[in-house]
Amino acid sequence: MSVRGHTLEIHSSPHIASGASVDVIMRNVVLALLPVSAFAVYSFGLAAALTLVVAVFSCVATEHLLCRLAATPTTVRDWSVTITGLLYGLTLPPALPLWMVACGGVIGVAMAKFLFGGLGYNAFNPALVGRAFLQAAFPVAMTSWTPAFAADRFSQLPASTFTVPFAAPVYDGVSGATPLSLFKFDGQLTATGDLLLGLTNGSAGETCAVLILAGGLYLAARKMLNWRIPLAILATVAGLSWVFHMLAPADYPPAGFMLFSGGLMLGAVFMATDMVASPITNAGCVVYGILIGVLVTVIRLWGGMPEGVMYAILLANAASPHIDGLIQPRVFGTGRGEP
Amino acid sequence: MFSALRQHRSFAHGIHPPEAKDDTRDLPIKQFPFAPVMIVPLSQHIGKPATAVVREGQEVERGQLIAEPDGFVSVAMHAPVSGVIQRIGLAPGINGRMSPAIFLKPFPGSSQEVSEGVPCELETASPEDILLAIQRAGIVGLGGAAFPTHVKLKVPDDKHIDTLIINGVECEPYLTTDHRVMLEQQADIFTGVRYLLKVTGAERAIIGVEANKLDVASALRAALPGDMPITVEVVAVKYPQGAEKMLISALLGREVPSGGLPSDVSVVSVNVATTAEIGRLLPHGRGIQERVITIGGPAISKKGNYRIPIGTPLRFALEYAGMADNVSRVFLGGPMMGQALPSLDIPITKGTSGFIAFSDAQTAAPIEYPCIHCAYCVDACPLFLNPSQLGLLARAGQVERMADEFNLLDCFECGSCSYVCPAHIPLVQRFRAAKSLVRKRRAAS
Repeated sequence: MSVRGHTLEIHSSPHIASGASVDVIMRNVVLALLPVSAFAVYSFGLAAALTLVVAVFSCVATEHLLCRLAATPTTVRDWSVTITGLLYGLTLPPALPLWMVACGGVIGVAMAKFLFGGLGYNAFNPALVGRAFLQAAFPVAMTSWTPAFAADRFSQLPASTFTVPFAAPVYDGVSGATPLSLFKFDGQLTATGDLLLGLTNGSAGETCAVLILAGGLYLAARKMLNWRIPLAILATVAGLSWVFHMLAPADYPPAGFMLFSGGLMLGAVFMATDMVASPITNAGCVVYGILIGVLVTVIRLWGGMPEGVMYAILLANAASPHIDGLIQPRVFGTGRGEP
Repeated sequence: MFSALRQHRSFAHGIHPPEAKDDTRDLPIKQFPFAPVMIVPLSQHIGKPATAVVREGQEVERGQLIAEPDGFVSVAMHAPVSGVIQRIGLAPGINGRMSPAIFLKPFPGSSQEVSEGVPCELETASPEDILLAIQRAGIVGLGGAAFPTHVKLKVPDDKHIDTLIINGVECEPYLTTDHRVMLEQQADIFTGVRYLLKVTGAERAIIGVEANKLDVASALRAALPGDMPITVEVVAVKYPQGAEKMLISALLGREVPSGGLPSDVSVVSVNVATTAEIGRLLPHGRGIQERVITIGGPAISKKGNYRIPIGTPLRFALEYAGMADNVSRVFLGGPMMGQALPSLDIPITKGTSGFIAFSDAQTAAPIEYPCIHCAYCVDACPLFLNPSQLGLLARAGQVERMADEFNLLDCFECGSCSYVCPAHIPLVQRFRAAKSLVRKRRAAS
């Protein structure tokens, strides 16, 4: 409105903002995942590097092309799909055929994110949906592990990496069983120190608990991650497995092994904490974390598969809106609801 | 060095916007000159407009009653300057609407002298006498709400008040009027508290100040009269600490019930500048004809705390304070809850606590992302509402659900949710619209 030479802008208060932005939060999550990704490449070599690149590229390209197709502005610049791609790649066996990597990325982003309405509306973690699709479609490839720290990991690629689509992948002689499958099928325990430092076999980014925790601490300190979720998950798994280990030490592994093996750390710190697919209240987040912890323990101890983190988180994602429906903040000056 | 570690009392949640008070906090209050024409709107408060008791051409003295309260929820108006009533007609208000006002042309060289009225003697006056005197003095909440103070002080018969809270928090960025009033008008404040204690029957009074005004706290403590049950408490620097419900929670740990009033938890709270005005005016039987206002912001060269006559045209005030030619945004009040003004041709009223002017070019509106459920707003809302959920419902147009299931009407529009939102969703702006829609629908049915 122009008044005697002055053009005044009017809008509704507040007239200042904190400067927080979705893309900044997302970029920081990517940043927190970089050390984990670097360690994945360091321990599994070229195969892990290619897996991560193809995973990120397939996810980002899918979102970009779908936005184009829907004639909406591309949303890849908010960085959320980069997180999805990176996380997805980190959950895969390093020698997975690249065409399968691309398939899962496309499915995860298209089905679990774009069809639901994009960022903010995805009921499930898209990275895990992509992985769940691969687990169902290619169960053998998804459980064929390569050994970490192979001498030729920076010079040679596993034969399986460049498998022609729809052909059965060929694996080199040496297989690298994961700590969880070693325990489940051979009753063999891995040392907790090796698990913490990532000296074991497994999915590309799940092995080094220390680096995953460091990334989580960074995000929690910057308030970009609700620490109650990983804490509730880890405490529940530790508590339950401690009880069962005390009851029958021969049948059930100790709490330390349960905590630091498999995808639990990566899942608890980076997957379960997806803001969109987790509850909004702190109390709800604790309930959600406990639910994941119980499901992980149950699947690992009594399920047919050695690992259960992925399904536990996906199930809890489905429960999340219902947890929000039951647990709302107690409004100031009212007595009802959660404290 | 340990003072930084000391924890001050506070309410839960809230935000920490930049305080931006350094430019004006140390500047003493300065008297403002009279404008060539003063415009006194008949409605400067919440409630019914006052009724003019002067006619065109009449000569009035500074401080003389020029409009009487119309009913209980209404207050009187007084001449801000000695002069001639030019006319009684329509003048633009802050919302852009025209409303009746008295136009007053000052006599050349009018003095600042104010005419005396019938004093309200503290010792002999009954609580009812004091309430009437406050209404006749035209006193309203000077913190910005402009709610008639005597209405607020009228405690229902079935309620007992144990604590009177004097609100000197001033948590809005940029504003420093209460800060200066507390440093410069301590005697007025204590006199005001005496009147308020008598009116409310409260057993004690607490002056609450934010920890960014420790100079005020120590000065007030040093000056406390020994014969009064009054203390000074420092609360944490946090927005919106100055909101009535939040300050009561910080000082006493009591929650005003949803939809209730402070008297429901045996408290009455009054803004400190309002208290000072009561103490300044009642002993002389005068009415409000000026108030302290912070004029600040990057587009003002002579920033300061000014005692400005009510009815001074804003343009005159800003030009006197050295407004930059390229001013682009002017807010009435602070940047968190203040209103952006569409025009400078409005008069200053009793509810005006500050004007903040900016000259920066319009920053491009930030991209609005979808809600990512980060819960920043849930952690910021001082009333423990769920702004995220309310925002989604607002988007879907489900205003009834917002009110019925998610306590929309408790929202007092502090703006903390919009301030923190990383998705840049205009949450409080949508709640404001939804609230008025709900109120209109409920009034209609």
